[in-house]
Amino acid sequence: MTSFRVQHPNARVDFSKPISFTFDGALHRGFSGDTLASALLASNTRMLARSFKYGRPRGIVGAGPEEPNALVQLEGGAVTIPNLKATQVELYDGLAAWRTTGSPSLAFDLKSVGGRFARFMAAGFYYKTFQSRKLWPKFEHIIRHAAGYGSTPQLPDPESYDHQHHHTDLLVIGGGACGLLSALIAGRAGLSVMLLDEQCEPGGWLLSSPSSSIGGKQVGDWLRDTLTELASLPNVSIKSRTSAFALHDMNMIQAVEQLQDHLPPQSRVDGAPRQRLHRIRAGRVVLAAGAIERPLVFGNNDAPGILTASALTTYLNRYGVACGRRILLQTSNDHVYQGACDLAKAGCEVTIADTRTVINAEWERRARSSGAEVLAGYGIAEAQGRRAVSGAHLVQLDGERNSVKGNGPFVACDALGSSGGLSPTVHLFCHDGGRPTWDEAKLAFVVSANGHAKAGIYCAGAITGTFGLLAALEQTVRVAGEAVESLGKPAGSSAFNLKSGEPSETPARRIFRVPDGKPEGHGKKAFVDFQNDVAASDIHLAVRENYRSIEHIKRDTALGFGTDQGKLSNVNGFAIAADALGKSIPEVGTTTYRPAYSPVTFGTLAGAHEGDTFEPRRYTAMHSAHVARGAEFEPVGQWLRPWYFPINGEDMHASVQREAMAARRSVGMMDASTLGKIDIRGKDVREFLNRIYANAWTQLAPAKCRYGLMLDENGMVFDDGVTACVSDDHFLMTTTTGGAARVMNWLETWHQTEWPDLDVYMTSVTDHWATAAVVGPKSRDVLAKVCKDIDLSPAAFKFMDWREGSVAGVPARVFRISFSGELAFEVNVDANYGHHVWEALLDAGAGHNITPYGTETMHVLRAEKGFIIVGQDTDGSMTPYDLDMAWAVSLKKPFSFIGKRSFTRSDTARSDRKQLVGLLTDDPNMVLKEGAQIIESDIAKPPMPMLGHVTSSYFSPGLGRSIAMAVVRDGISRRSEAGVKAGRDVLYAYAGGKVHRVKVVSAVFIDPEGARQNV
Amino acid sequence: MFVLTCPHCLEKREEEEFSYAGEAFIARPAAPEMLDDAAWGDYLFMRKNPKGWHWEMWSHATGCRKFVVVKRNTASHAIAGAWTLAEGRKVYDAEGGAA
Repeated sequence: MTSFRVQHPNARVDFSKPISFTFDGALHRGFSGDTLASALLASNTRMLARSFKYGRPRGIVGAGPEEPNALVQLEGGAVTIPNLKATQVELYDGLAAWRTTGSPSLAFDLKSVGGRFARFMAAGFYYKTFQSRKLWPKFEHIIRHAAGYGSTPQLPDPESYDHQHHHTDLLVIGGGACGLLSALIAGRAGLSVMLLDEQCEPGGWLLSSPSSSIGGKQVGDWLRDTLTELASLPNVSIKSRTSAFALHDMNMIQAVEQLQDHLPPQSRVDGAPRQRLHRIRAGRVVLAAGAIERPLVFGNNDAPGILTASALTTYLNRYGVACGRRILLQTSNDHVYQGACDLAKAGCEVTIADTRTVINAEWERRARSSGAEVLAGYGIAEAQGRRAVSGAHLVQLDGERNSVKGNGPFVACDALGSSGGLSPTVHLFCHDGGRPTWDEAKLAFVVSANGHAKAGIYCAGAITGTFGLLAALEQTVRVAGEAVESLGKPAGSSAFNLKSGEPSETPARRIFRVPDGKPEGHGKKAFVDFQNDVAASDIHLAVRENYRSIEHIKRDTALGFGTDQGKLSNVNGFAIAADALGKSIPEVGTTTYRPAYSPVTFGTLAGAHEGDTFEPRRYTAMHSAHVARGAEFEPVGQWLRPWYFPINGEDMHASVQREAMAARRSVGMMDASTLGKIDIRGKDVREFLNRIYANAWTQLAPAKCRYGLMLDENGMVFDDGVTACVSDDHFLMTTTTGGAARVMNWLETWHQTEWPDLDVYMTSVTDHWATAAVVGPKSRDVLAKVCKDIDLSPAAFKFMDWREGSVAGVPARVFRISFSGELAFEVNVDANYGHHVWEALLDAGAGHNITPYGTETMHVLRAEKGFIIVGQDTDGSMTPYDLDMAWAVSLKKPFSFIGKRSFTRSDTARSDRKQLVGLLTDDPNMVLKEGAQIIESDIAKPPMPMLGHVTSSYFSPGLGRSIAMAVVRDGISRRSEAGVKAGRDVLYAYAGGKVHRVKVVSAVFIDPEGARQNV
Repeated sequence: MFVLTCPHCLEKREEEEFSYAGEAFIARPAAPEMLDDAAWGDYLFMRKNPKGWHWEMWSHATGCRKFVVVKRNTASHAIAGAWTLAEGRKVYDAEGGAA
């Protein structure tokens, strides 16, 4: 427990700005520039978590997005965020974070008791134990609670989010040395360049490696000079704290920029977005995403204080935190040596156990001269320490095979770092189907070293397996130059001096699981995936249980699941699986990399598309008139329509009874503006309508209108409405409110793809017209008061006629059509006059107690008449014949209209299809539930034959009793009419556990002769 | 998320502006009544659904509302081209009417 601060000048923290924060309620101190992880390490907080399955103590492992253990809950209340990686949380004054695991406390975890039974909790434990579905619900709550992880916020998110779209010539992903150099090359060539980097400042690994040099400059100076030049280029924009999380086809990249997360909640700019989603379409992409070091797998490798070697280096050089005083480093490669030298120079006692028998002489010299001890040919058999690492037993390794040759010393330590090599961050490259290839020399899955394996994507640096700084920069000059030239710009002849002081590399050892001399599963648990508690023995078990595909092994063991998505564990897991399967690593391959690279909040994805701005809301021209009259509204598609108009505190039922009776006895009025309206012109309109509708349009004269059913090619009804003939080459079609866009698209589809020879063109005019339906026996009297230039007499203006004239001084089209069965006029005016005409009609009707009504009354009135609502009484499986609407089909038309041929398909022609009928309950006050199932027996004992279901059900004010419409198998022949077999018209409706006897009748309940609308 | 050059608008536009409109070049039979149920059923329901190159229609729904023919690879989502219906038909025929 002996971390300490090293206040060296290259550290990226500001030692003059101390900060206080709390973790799990305890007060800690850090500095401006710290992450939560670096500050906790500096204050010796080793154990931050308990493991998922066994409750084992866990600490920080990494220094970035790869962190598997240190998941914290940040802040409380509405702005709380679960499962942030402490390694990515920038410290601010007053920050409050909590553990997300460990129940009841970090110090004592109930699962760790279970951990003693760990051998009974092998891979696939939950699958195997809870195969019985009955058992799982009983245990789920307990297990999920014990397994922990953060809590979702319980309050609405008060933060705002934003989306931005970009087009850029060249997008660079990654702000390390190669990314910055790429941006510089493209920027100098005059291209528009964006560079995204997920960290709080550009520099990448250079920030962790201040003693390296580029072209004779210390990397700090090179970085400063490069950023200065980039800042001077107006065509280059650099976005820090911006994580590219998805790469889609054709160079579409999505990235999330953290704008305010690094600020204390009280300092955030109110109303300004917390995060911003960038959607970038790039001409070319340079992927310079770097690599993440993977640890070696060895016994007890999960004790707090065991990190990746690169994380130890980063904490020292970037954050000024030495993670221990006695540090043991275990490696398979050269990469740990610079950090070892830096740690030794900072005053740590450093031992390097290099698993190779042949090691790099220059690095060994530098390490020893810095004061580090080097043991060649040794690995760690098992670490000691439970809540904090205290040392490790080394073993001498065979030079060739990964086996134990002999015993080694015990090395005491208070921090341990290991490196099994670098794993290139190939995730984005693979998001749209790319696959990495295994490079046996680099011991890594890499993307093609040719730089651009995919159209428009250029890869540079560590992502290609080019790990040395000089080689990576030289490759970048070449690859970025190719990208620039592919956009038609000269790459420039700028000579870069890239010389660095690194010794040449000695090959790494191919080792993933360090042997302990025991068969797998017999020694101490050696973890591959910390977040999911997957040990090497679990992978072996999955293979013994005959899983062969790595995708299946992943799912049986949970390898690579979770918030880190296996950034540390995957390659080790693949390699261990390959060994267990006796295959090579490329034969085993990788699992599939999918977006998102790192977790993205829902708020960011939603952006401004939430609440009132989730989707457009459409209002009719009369909306304010309805609001003023106290209407209740209901959404119908995007429209907000008046539902009913309560007065004196009425409930919906009372309103609807009153509104409906007004329309039946005197006059009511409804806003019908939302019906879809399509203006169709051209000399072939009649023929077009003949093909599109089931009925005939050849004879329809100007000033007349007709109801039509629109079918799909399968013969099923998909829309209906009234179409008016304006002139021989001009018709006005109406559609259902919800179907307007679909019908428009349908008409365009047939015209463009099948009948381009027909001279027709369609214009959507839904929003151009406002429509007031004046309904009831007194409607003619009301309209006559404000319409003087149209002869409204029954002889001159017949049912299904329409006239052009003026209403309330405004040009109008008046249609004598009815969706209620009453005498009715639909008055259409320019939407800009809609409100005026609505008020004028209400004034004109005052003497007749004109009553505005909403959609609910409209539904009741039409159901009393048996008029269908497409989508409610039909469901895409109803033909006109099923609806008993043969009158709306003309089989005599010469052209085989859409859907006609399907009437004779064997399935469509069946006699026992579900057909639309009316239902009357025995109890006149019993209103059936819509959706109630129709059965043949008064005893409901599912499973049993379901004959159909109730589609519409209301209490009818006109009849003073309940009515229902239903689709019933062979229903038309069951209707209670002369000649029906006794009892055949009796069925039962079953809903909510209750059965009601019903009589099958015609769906037309009121005025079957249509006398009322013909007055 | 592809980008198409709409052959009517002659501009590069995002996938979001287009909506899928099914397999291309499924001609409606000239005399439906002459077909037996099996042949009519083929026209109604049967689609190629290949893994690989696929000729399909997209509607430039929030643009010009015109239909375009697109040759798209269903496995890689690569786009070989976008044409008007008439031009696309010529290319399709020139390629032998198949992928």
